[in-house]
Amino acid sequence: MGIWKQRLTTFWNYRDLLAELVSRDIKLKYRRSFLGYVWSILNPLMTMVVMYLVFSNMFRFDIVNYPVYLIIGQTLYGFLTESTTQAIFSITGNAALLKKTYVPKYVFTAAKVTSSLVNMVFSLGAMALVLIFCRIRFTALFFLLPFVLLQIYVFCLGMGMFLAQAAVFFRDVQYIYNVITTAWMYLTPIFYPLSALPEYLQKWIATYNPMYCYITQFRQIVLYEQFPDPQSVIKGSLIALAVFGIGAGCFAKTQDKFILYI
Amino acid sequence: MKKKALKRQREVVIQVSDATVRFNMASERIDNLKEYFVKLMKRQLMFQEFLALQNVNFTVRRGESWGIIGTNGSGKSTLLKLICGILKPYRGEVKISGSIAPLIELGAGFDGDLTAKENIFLNGAVLGYNRQYMQEHFDEIVDFAELHDFLDMPIKNYSSGMAARLGFSIATVVRPDILIVDEVLAVGDYSFQQKCERRMREMREAGTTLLYVSHSIESVQGICTNALWLHKGAVWQAGRADAVCSAYMASLQD
Repeated sequence: MGIWKQRLTTFWNYRDLLAELVSRDIKLKYRRSFLGYVWSILNPLMTMVVMYLVFSNMFRFDIVNYPVYLIIGQTLYGFLTESTTQAIFSITGNAALLKKTYVPKYVFTAAKVTSSLVNMVFSLGAMALVLIFCRIRFTALFFLLPFVLLQIYVFCLGMGMFLAQAAVFFRDVQYIYNVITTAWMYLTPIFYPLSALPEYLQKWIATYNPMYCYITQFRQIVLYEQFPDPQSVIKGSLIALAVFGIGAGCFAKTQDKFILYI
Repeated sequence: MKKKALKRQREVVIQVSDATVRFNMASERIDNLKEYFVKLMKRQLMFQEFLALQNVNFTVRRGESWGIIGTNGSGKSTLLKLICGILKPYRGEVKISGSIAPLIELGAGFDGDLTAKENIFLNGAVLGYNRQYMQEHFDEIVDFAELHDFLDMPIKNYSSGMAARLGFSIATVVRPDILIVDEVLAVGDYSFQQKCERRMREMREAGTTLLYVSHSIESVQGICTNALWLHKGAVWQAGRADAVCSAYMASLQD
């Protein structure tokens, strides 16, 4: 028990560092760009329009409110790729600092995932515009959305920590992961309905792809005004916690050796 | 009362016992999977050890000031990193009591794209101080560094001397129990060096323990009461600054 209390105290002492690092990322992201933070909304909106044009003309899926369907998947999946890809470089990229001072190393990884989360929250503004445009009703169920985001956040934290520590020892991770996210994207129903796939694949994705779980919960709330499927919520939360546990465990085990490899 | 103060003075703040630091000096760095497996298969995954520090014993009591001297590659910075907790000893033990403010070398804690103002807060957070505390001491930091006119300039446009000034002001704005200074003053101009030495002396008088690495033997003799001479990762000599420094200088002349 003692060691956990100590760890929590350390984390608490460094919460300001986490805040500073997150604000650094956000400040620097749009520095010297003409439109600045407007890009956070404009960017997902424009990507969505392109995807909408492509998929409603070239491939036709029978989905009501397709723009909303699309932007939900795109926003959540975008958060996964952005946060984890950034996390990969969180240790190796801060080598100069880690070599000079003692700082809990996971703070850097957590900061990258958190700043991606903040970016994603900005881009919810774009989603809100699409919702208004498509005349979706804002219901009380929307208050459940933060819980869906929390599941993804914890999941990404775990993934991020695992990848960050692996990237210290094997720089290949960054290239492999690129391929993995591409494959993962096509295996996640972002722009197609799950029913468009062959049956065995449907089953496989519903069972093994946690992103499907989270995106579906989000869509149930926003698009279909439904309470998210409790089974999916339980499963999603358990997976998130498990991934977090594995990521944090690997990180804790290897972190003392980072200094020799960065 | 006096006895208590004396006891406080005698208290050991840094205890390095029999510490060895090992680096993997493999001639080629293996940091990709393919090589790793190829080597693993061929059973060539040997680690060429390099002992940066060997069985170092080092005890520092409260209020002492130690200069650490030695040629390049003798393990001075490694010892400091060990004391800061950045490196873990391979064998042996390091015990620290009290707060440490490591003086970051030449702006390593700075983000080049951020302005000086933003960097002050970031660097403060790295050292573990909260935003409010930094806010309160902001003027003090800027005054000491004498960089009023450059606060909104990105650090990447700073000269190394300017960055070092800022780094020193931030690290010494608090009164840590242990202050670690690593070669950082070499780039400052003369008047700033004087200013820094004065501040270190003040801090010492206030009871701060000082670890000071420098190639300038005069400044070690000027600031420190004790000195530790490292040679190839082992303690060669330790004791009064004057004696150790003159022995060191004599060895260099040979």
